[in-house]
Amino acid sequence: MNINNMQTKELSVDHLLGIEHITKDDIQLIFEVADSFKRIINRPIKKVPSLRDITIANLFFENSTRTKLSFELAEKRLSADVVNFSASNSSVKKGETLIDTVNNILSMKVDMVVMRHPSPGAHEFLSRHIDAKIINAGDGTHEHPTQALLDAYSMREKLGDLRGKNIVIVGDVLHSRVALSNIFCLQKLGANVKVCGPLTLIPKYLHELGVETIKNIEEALNWCDVANVLRIQLERQDIKFFPSIREYSQQFGINKERLEKLGEEIVIMHPGPINRGVEITSDVADSKQAIILDQVENGVAVRMAIIYLLASKIHK
Amino acid sequence: MSASKKEILNKKAFEVSISRLSKELIENHDLFNNSVIVGVQPRGVFLANRLQKELQKLLKKDIIAGAIDTTFYRDDFRRKESPLLPSVTNLDFTIEDKRVILVDDVLFTGRTTRAAMDALLAYGRPLSIDLLVLIDRRFSRSLPIQADHVGLYVDTLSTEKVEVIWDESENFEHVVLIKNEEK
Repeated sequence: MNINNMQTKELSVDHLLGIEHITKDDIQLIFEVADSFKRIINRPIKKVPSLRDITIANLFFENSTRTKLSFELAEKRLSADVVNFSASNSSVKKGETLIDTVNNILSMKVDMVVMRHPSPGAHEFLSRHIDAKIINAGDGTHEHPTQALLDAYSMREKLGDLRGKNIVIVGDVLHSRVALSNIFCLQKLGANVKVCGPLTLIPKYLHELGVETIKNIEEALNWCDVANVLRIQLERQDIKFFPSIREYSQQFGINKERLEKLGEEIVIMHPGPINRGVEITSDVADSKQAIILDQVENGVAVRMAIIYLLASKIHK
Repeated sequence: MSASKKEILNKKAFEVSISRLSKELIENHDLFNNSVIVGVQPRGVFLANRLQKELQKLLKKDIIAGAIDTTFYRDDFRRKESPLLPSVTNLDFTIEDKRVILVDDVLFTGRTTRAAMDALLAYGRPLSIDLLVLIDRRFSRSLPIQADHVGLYVDTLSTEKVEVIWDESENFEHVVLIKNEEK
């Protein structure tokens, strides 16, 4: 450590729109700062005063429980002022455009916007039109960068450096925004990523990202160090992608038998909410090789780091 | 603009200061029965470690020492070009009802000390906080903060810089006064 220089690195971006736009150094920087915040949220007084003059709006145009809660906790533990907005009870229903909604909120002097929106690219569009810093909390089935960062952070905590590690993403890749962000993030960190699931739920051009598809779940589990199990998003499936839930869990479900057949213990992750008995059985979800609740805890620390680093770029 | 450096404290004088400060602490802290040392990151920690060693030698018992990071408590967040990045806070003991000796290398405006006190209070309510610094830059305070134990007082201009230099293995080298001369 060079003790005579204060560390002064910063993010290469002004907004967190997607993992696609950030560098490996950005990711490492976020992890480094998240380490500090993780220590802070584990002490008796979990709050620091850094962002006491920053106001953050959480705009959720789509339902969310844990992401919203996690962001709100992260913001409050940094002492930011928080306003919440959800589309279900707003003037979006009355026909207001996205830009108008956001500009109205920004005229109330908001410095940062955390947004979830059903349209892919909504954040990118917004970032070209408004001044506030923007954090993508999910845009349709495109990206969910903070989830990918907390996933990678949790893997790193468990396995150390992710270079050369094998990670398989299992399940409904087609409807998942977590999958794409995870692929970008893990590849930037030097890990090998493959997907596994029914071919109807694997996007067509995934191989162009250098991601192979494994058709057999046992083969996939044998290959990987970490299995990130995605939720079957029935609410997004307007046609039938597989015959029945029972058949899906027989073909691709993660259960104790499958895990016990493996030579070594692998790490099981799930971004939540879990459909118990569908993509993962209860005994696996509650076992100690599943780090699902660690992911939730790390989510707050990682989001604090992202908000802190972006907020430091606001100059008043 | 060129900079000139002047040594204001050498190794020998530093050793004398450490020895005096340690004895001063023992005298004021009741043989360290209820006192702990907390170094302010980054460079206060080296001084705190050095004092801990000296005190253990003199008292022949374990002295508790930790480190506190002030990053998230500073008042210059977003007022600098680049973000302030945190160092490690290492307090694996309780400060509740303890007499805490806060240790830093240079006392200048007092803002870091203010932040360190705020950070410390997030870990409990100490009985008291003392401030020990190696260098006190007199007459340059922005806040009403004074040190209780001082290695060396120096009179400086606000345009000058005082730097305490430690080598790679955390050994003290010297203290320099850096002047910016305009010519």
